[in-house]
Amino acid sequence: MTFTVPIDNGDSVKIAEEESQRTLYPYVTGTSIVAIKYKDGVLMASDMGGSYGSTLRYKNIERVKAIGKHSLLGASGEISDFQEILRYLDELTLNDNMWDDGNSLGPKEIHNYLTRVMYNRRNKFDPLWNTLVLGGVKNGKSYLGMVSMIGVSFEDDHVATGFGNHLARPILRDEWHADLSFEDGVKLLEKCMRVLLYRDRSAINKLQIAKITEEGVTVSQPYSLKTFWEFSSFHNPTAGAEGSW
Amino acid sequence: MTKQHANWSPYDNNGGTCVAIAGSDYCVIAADTRMSTGYSILSRDYSKIHKLADRAVLSSSGFQADVKALQKVLKSRHLIYQHQHNKQMSCPAMAQLLSNTLYFKRFFPYYAFNVLGGLDEEGKGCVFTYDAVGSYERVGYGAQGSGSTLIMPFLDNQLKSPSPLLLPKQDSNTPLSEAEAVDLVKTVFASATERDIYTGDRLEIMILKADGIKTELMDLRKD
Repeated sequence: MTFTVPIDNGDSVKIAEEESQRTLYPYVTGTSIVAIKYKDGVLMASDMGGSYGSTLRYKNIERVKAIGKHSLLGASGEISDFQEILRYLDELTLNDNMWDDGNSLGPKEIHNYLTRVMYNRRNKFDPLWNTLVLGGVKNGKSYLGMVSMIGVSFEDDHVATGFGNHLARPILRDEWHADLSFEDGVKLLEKCMRVLLYRDRSAINKLQIAKITEEGVTVSQPYSLKTFWEFSSFHNPTAGAEGSW
Repeated sequence: MTKQHANWSPYDNNGGTCVAIAGSDYCVIAADTRMSTGYSILSRDYSKIHKLADRAVLSSSGFQADVKALQKVLKSRHLIYQHQHNKQMSCPAMAQLLSNTLYFKRFFPYYAFNVLGGLDEEGKGCVFTYDAVGSYERVGYGAQGSGSTLIMPFLDNQLKSPSPLLLPKQDSNTPLSEAEAVDLVKTVFASATERDIYTGDRLEIMILKADGIKTELMDLRKD
């Protein structure tokens, strides 16, 4: 921030510089996050892609990270803004640890903090272009919530961002129930991620599923899902309607 | 080079409907629990009713991030009031505070459509209805949100409120009993749910009386 004596010329140049700093559109983006509560805690799934418009630029981005001892943060949207948010949270958890009073930030507190951060950035017309999913367990209680880039937040038993909201949420509304076992939870998430693979053009077949329980965080190794293309209607597709359509 | 315009909006409408009815010694505040964005449902279980003081309950529909921020501001102002005056804020006092808070952001408004319900200093039910920038009025009943246009005319018909222009001022509180008012609220929400896509899932009803607050829940259509 330069200090200049406010003369006509100086001011207008400074203002022009400030204007161009605001976010206009995202550059490198991650696609959906899908997360559910299950018997022992929360499961969160995401693929590892970072798209640069229509180019698949990065194929090894971890979009789900552990925060402190009790939370998992997943993000879709601008990857650089997600990294900035991780830096804010580093500072937050560092200060929390430095108090050294036996207390640690739980998922509810972090969700509230993130909601305030996103809302305040939106108020300055310079949003962090992310939709965040915050899941965690503290004192036996599971917590799962979401914050959008303009600060809208809520909690639920299952959440999904971006395309996941349209494709995965209906599946979860139908098939989720309380006290899912770990295996059933993973199967349900894989079902959602498979649909996203088929239908979301920015999804890639390399995903990670993160688990958080009272004991701590585990992030799986990246793996890919089996896809099924042997549908009879994919053989000889023009059989029913000859022509250039 | 022309100035670039943002391709995102700082506002969103998360839908939903809020209703309040004032009685002789009670106040009924009700809202659905659906939160939407565009054509998607974000949550079927999001409460739009917030208790600000023992005798003032706020229900707001509109942009929920603004609603949450508004609620936090009012809550903290109420805490300060309690420290300074050693008592809770009355509903008319909270009504004025809400109006001032909304107008404070006249040039970047809280996109919140509010209905404030509670008991006045005499123990009678009171309802205040607002627009997004703080213009408010005490009424006998009010509806705001996506279903308000469907509900308000029906309430006008059923509650037969006297004109606020008459002199001497006539009491606009309904003579209906608490049970009848709750029943009326359930009816209007069931109807609004049929035709308003943003209203549905579940209805949360809060009944405020001098001895405390009771909450009732009713399922609504989920489509």
